[in-house]
Formats: sequence, structure tokens, C-alpha cells
Amino acid sequence: MDLLHNLGIGLGVAFTTQNLAYAFCGALLGTLIGVLPGIGAVAAIALLLPATYALDTTPALILLAGVYYGAQYGGSTTAILVDVPGEPSALVTCLDGNQMARQGRAGVALSVAALGSFFAGCVGTIAIALVAPPLTELAFQFGPEEYFSLMVLGLVGAAVLTSGSLLKAIAMVLLGLLLAQVNAGMAAGTSPSGLVSVQSVRGISFVVLGIGVFVFAEIVAGLGHSKARREVCAGPVKGLWPSRLDFHEAWPSVLRGTALGAAIGVLPGGGAMLASFASYAVEKNLAGTPRIPLGKGAIEGVAGPESANNAAAQTAFIPMLTLGIPGNAAMALLVGAMAIKGIEPGPQVMASNPQLFWGLIASMWAGNVILLVLNLPLVGLWARLLAVPYRAVFPALVLVGCIGVYTLGGGAIDLYLTALFALVGYLFHKLGCEPAPLLLGFILGPIMEDHLRRSLLLSHGDWATFVTRPLSSSLLIAAALLIVVVTLPALRQTREVAFQED
Amino acid sequence: MRIKSERDFWSGLVFVAVGVVFAIGATHYRMGPECAVQEPCAAGLHARWLQLSAQPGAGYFPFGLAILLAVVGAIVLFKSLTFESEGGDAIGAFAWRPLVAIVAAVAGFGALLEPFGLAATIPLLVVVASLAGDVPGWRAVLAQALVLTLGAWAFLIWGLKLPVPFASWFAG
Repeated sequence: MDLLHNLGIGLGVAFTTQNLAYAFCGALLGTLIGVLPGIGAVAAIALLLPATYALDTTPALILLAGVYYGAQYGGSTTAILVDVPGEPSALVTCLDGNQMARQGRAGVALSVAALGSFFAGCVGTIAIALVAPPLTELAFQFGPEEYFSLMVLGLVGAAVLTSGSLLKAIAMVLLGLLLAQVNAGMAAGTSPSGLVSVQSVRGISFVVLGIGVFVFAEIVAGLGHSKARREVCAGPVKGLWPSRLDFHEAWPSVLRGTALGAAIGVLPGGGAMLASFASYAVEKNLAGTPRIPLGKGAIEGVAGPESANNAAAQTAFIPMLTLGIPGNAAMALLVGAMAIKGIEPGPQVMASNPQLFWGLIASMWAGNVILLVLNLPLVGLWARLLAVPYRAVFPALVLVGCIGVYTLGGGAIDLYLTALFALVGYLFHKLGCEPAPLLLGFILGPIMEDHLRRSLLLSHGDWATFVTRPLSSSLLIAAALLIVVVTLPALRQTREVAFQED
Repeated sequence: MRIKSERDFWSGLVFVAVGVVFAIGATHYRMGPECAVQEPCAAGLHARWLQLSAQPGAGYFPFGLAILLAVVGAIVLFKSLTFESEGGDAIGAFAWRPLVAIVAAVAGFGALLEPFGLAATIPLLVVVASLAGDVPGWRAVLAQALVLTLGAWAFLIWGLKLPVPFASWFAG
């Protein structure tokens, strides 16, 4: 069967010593940054990008992917033990997870989170393997018009599903697209804005944008908040293995969470955070009455969201790998990394680079196994890391970022640009403008323009082609519906509540 | 006219400004194929529009995007002046010290790396960046500078043999 053959290729690639080592490093790093305060998966991936330039594509993606889903595991540890989410997706885990810790059930919470996450990760991997080939088949039917409309849908989705004002998110997408035009102008030897002249001949690297906005600006923003003392739930974490009752109660939540997370992860803009929120809402409102109510230490409140966020972290790779459409900032950085390596993201990746495609998928499964093994026994270590003060960590992050940018080869100019983006990024943070849509627009911009040009050439300049072609118009209608649906008052409230940060 | 949402007001303003600037800049570039003898300018507005759109020039997309951005920005601006929001949606205090410290550290690193090398710039970066947070004791900062400098040397220069200047001031 084709599936087995493909998985065979994948396992062959994933289980080489080298790639296993990279998966291990990725998983370890991911857990680490999930646990450490003030640095998240997106920032870590941005910082690692320059380092991956030296690697081949497959190990590079394996490493970065490991960091991404590894961070979901690490984030839960801090959520349970310290009531501080290491990753935004672990926010809801704080609610019941920390309650369980205070009731002396930290061990159970941690293991349920880890086991549920593992299950979800496995299911997610299988989902990718099953869904990718037919999706790729479908995508081959696409002409440039459909690709353009699909990317519009992707960007609109990312704007809709991001927190904060929808209008501002759309503006950020447009700004990202516009900034990408600056680069296009560079390539053509012109400077579209008329402002930037002389030196920026190389244009703006997405790594510079990523590190400036997602690492440095975040550091400034993080330091700007007042620091509250964090109490770690003291005492050794005992009783790791859940009881039969715990299993019995948690099991359905894991299933529900996995299914929900897998579906949400595929959506553009959807991601681990939305998945965990949705799962919590489902557990709270729709899933019968648990023995302990949600919010007071119910195991369902940990099992559901944790499975959901891991499933979503896996399925987020589907649109990225099959269609070349990143659903969130981390995927966008991965798309950028692939493009740098000369691999154009899109449906042809599966056919032309099967080792990369299936190797990455298989390696994600391997990564989940590694994470399960890493997380439970090493809980004590992670708990101790929680005590590391932020001020010890952030100068090192700044250094890593600076060196990383320097190794891109652009010299001092790139560093000045990064500093500028740090400033701009902080401004956006204060103004309540989300940076993720900006990055998505910036990275998708050149590809979208390419498709747009081809479409217009084919249609002899007629923009109506996007609505006259049935597939393209249905994609655009879906995008319009997304906007309409979200601006309806009833849903707007839900969206605001869902994106409230504690 | 009161500002009902501070954050939206300034965001809107920024978007409009950027949009307008880029739009003006974009007009300096070709919007489409130039009229020439072989391919004369199409007659009529619609026909000319089609001719431009089929082969957009360098200014076409930036212009359109910039206009769109300005329009969205204007809507945000309008909403900020008309719709009430919680507590005026204030921007809040700026974290000046962290901002200046981090930006200066990065820019300084960029300026000084090539002439002086990592040996000088890492300690400088650590010191300046540390100013961004609660000021720890100078011993802690120095220790961190030392560890990071040695670590960087070991990892990048000795280990990876990257062409990053380490002590270029001495190397001349």
C-alpha cells in the first residue's frame, strides 16, 4: 500500500543516527524553551534559523519542527507547577493543572499531560500521512489563480484567528505584503518606496524581521511588565503514574481533545493555542459533568487541552507541507527556511523531495516518543529550571540573536535593520497590532505576487478571473465568509473572550 | 472629537501614513508596459487598465497595497474616534529603559563587531543589554560577559570555525 511505502521511506530517513540526534536536540531545546520564561517557540525558531543555514534541509527542518512541538510539552510543565504558561497554548492548562498541583496531584497532572500529548502527537502524525497525499493531488488541479485565492484565504484566516482587532490584523498583513515589495524592488534593482536607497541592496531578510520582532521586541515587552514573584509548587513531585480512575476520566477528554486539535491545527491561523482553548471550552460546557468541576482540579481540564494543543501542533504542518501555506508564525519561519534552501513550498514538495517530506513526518513521531521519555523522568530538572531568573537569560538571547543575524552575511546593516525592527516590533506591541500576520504577509508576499502575475498574464489583465473560476471564487467566498462570521456580534464576543490573556 | 481608543488611533495613523508614503513612492515607478511603437497605448480607460494589469510594472502592486493599507488604516482611525472602548484602550507606559538598552546593544554590536571583534563586543552587549532589566550586581554582569565570551569563542571560533571576527582590533 502506498501509505506503508511512504512511511517506510520516512522511517528510513528519520531513524538515521544523524536525524535522530537532530530530533532529540530539537525536542530537548523545545522543552527547554517551553519551560524557560520569556522565550517561546517562535522566538527559538527565529534564533535557530541562521544556524540551520549550514545544515541540509531535512535535518534542519527536523530540528526546527522538534523545537515547535517540543515547546508544547515544556509549556505544560510550567503551567502545572507554577501557574505560568511557558507557551501561550498552555494557558488553559494552568487552570486545572495548577489546581491539581496544589492538591498534591502534580505528578498525575504532568503524566496525564505527557501521555495525552503523546497520543495526540501519534494521531496527528498519522493524520498528516493520511491527509497529505489526497490534498496534494487536489492541489495539482490548482492553477495560479487558485493558489492566489488560497493564499488570500490563508492570510485572512490568520488575521481572523489572531487575537486583537481584526482590522489591525488585516492592516498588518497588508504591511507585511508591502514590505515584501521592498525586497522585490531590490531584486529588480529599484526601490519602490523611493525612500530606502543606497545600502539595503540585499533587502530585508525574513530572519532579520523574525529576530527583530519576535525575539528582541518580545524581550523589551517582557522586561516592561512588572515581574511577579513566582512560587514553584515546592516539594518533590511524587506519584507520577495516574490511577485507574484517572485514566478512566481522562481518556474521553484525550480523544475529544485530539480530534478537536487535529481539526483546528489545519486551519490557517489556527494553532496550538486556539486548539487548547477550544478543548477547554468543550470540556467545560459540552462534555457532561466531571467528578471534579472544571477549574477546581479536574483531570479533564488538563487531558483535553494538552492533547488538543499537541494534535494541533502536528496538523499545523499539513497546510505548510502540502500547500505551502503557513498557518502561523512558526510555520511561516519554516516555509522561509525551506525557500532559502531552494525548496519551493507547495504540493510538488511531496513528489520531488519524498525523503524530506516523509522523513519529516516520521521524525515528528520519533520526536513525540523522545519527548515522552524526556518529560516524565526529567520533571525534577525542569522544575529546577523554572527558578532561573529572566534577567540571567535574556542577554544571552540577545547575543545569540545578534550573532545569528551577523552570520547571514549582511554585515552591520542587517544588525541595524534588526535593531530597527526591534523598535518597530515593540511599537506594534504597545499599539496592539499582532506581529504574526505581518510575518505571514512578508513571507507569502513574493509567492503570492508570482501567482498573481501569472494569473493576470493568463487572463490578459482581467482581475475578474479570480471570481469567474469556480474553485478560486469558492476560496475567496470562504475568506469573505470568515470575515463576516467573525464580525457578527455574537461570535465577536466569543472571539474576544477566547483571546483574553489572563 | 475625542480619542476613544488610544491604541487604535495611533495604529490607524501609522497605517495611513505608511500607506500614503509608499503609495507616493510607488508612483515613481512604472505601472505597466510603456507605450511604444510596437505596442501602442490602448485606447480607453478600461482597455488601458487591462494592458497595465496583464504585465504589471514595479509600481503596480506596491501602489495597490499601499492604498489598501491606507484605507484600512483610515477605517481603524475612524473607529478609534467613534466607538467607545474599555478605559480608552490606553497605550500605557513605554518601557523606555529596556527599549533603549536592547536597541542600543544590537546596533552597537553591529557597529563594533567588525572593527573590534567579539572579544570586545560581547562584554559590551552584555553590559548594555543588562541595563534593560533590573540591574544585577556588576559582578554578575561581568561573570555573564566572561562566560558568554568564552562560550562564543569555544563554540563559534574554535568549534564551528565561523568567520566571525573575534579580536580584530588586535589582529589589525
